[in-house]
Amino acid sequence: MDNNFGSKRLVVGAHYGLRDWMAQRATAVVMAAYTVILLVSFLSAKDFSYEGWAGMFAQQWFKLATFVTVIALIYHAWVGVRDVLMDYVHSAGTKLVLQVATLVWLIACAGWAAQILWRV
Amino acid sequence: MSDAAKNTRPQYRNIHIFQILGYRMPFAALVSILHRISGLLLFLFLPFILFLLDKSLLSEISFEYFRSFTSGWFVKLIILALSWAFLHHFCAGIRHVIMDFEYGLSKDGARRSAVSVLVISLPLAALVGLKLFGVF
Repeated sequence: MDNNFGSKRLVVGAHYGLRDWMAQRATAVVMAAYTVILLVSFLSAKDFSYEGWAGMFAQQWFKLATFVTVIALIYHAWVGVRDVLMDYVHSAGTKLVLQVATLVWLIACAGWAAQILWRV
Repeated sequence: MSDAAKNTRPQYRNIHIFQILGYRMPFAALVSILHRISGLLLFLFLPFILFLLDKSLLSEISFEYFRSFTSGWFVKLIILALSWAFLHHFCAGIRHVIMDFEYGLSKDGARRSAVSVLVISLPLAALVGLKLFGVF
């Protein structure tokens, strides 16, 4: 393989590529870990009753783990959707509107998730 | 430059979303575009997922509403689609991270890992579907 990466490579551009690339991986790892926690907690429960399900989310550590995952998801989705918009939407105005709409959508979802979690 | 010369110049852009069906895609390309589609699907249905979480957690009454709401076939179909989207995005994401560590970057290796993603995610999604529609 050609060595087109590493310290000798001339880096050009806006410089957010590597940061977002890393963030995409880090947030994915957080969500994957949470998936395992959720599956283990859910499958180790005896039956799918309200008490069992809500009891899981009543624990503070579980709320925090869920919330951290939601934040990771928000960042992950932002980077992903922005990349898709950059690829397919070429008009700067439309792109700006869609990007702002994406952010509004995601932040609203994060707020709702917090409300859901902390009233259990 | 004359207009005629301008017009004959070929333009190379990303495959537009509406041109995708016209391409005969290798497995890696199929997994890649499905990664985007599944991600976008999960993004758009995020409020739906939060709605289900909200109803399932708020109270016993809302939990019962959640149960009856999710027993309709159309809602089950949406949940199945979202389950597939999650499973595909999950498996394809793991493939991405493995490739970041420079494993399976050859043409053949990439093809095989792309097939693996489909071989793992599709039967798992089928299992979710069978469970959802009460086969077991």
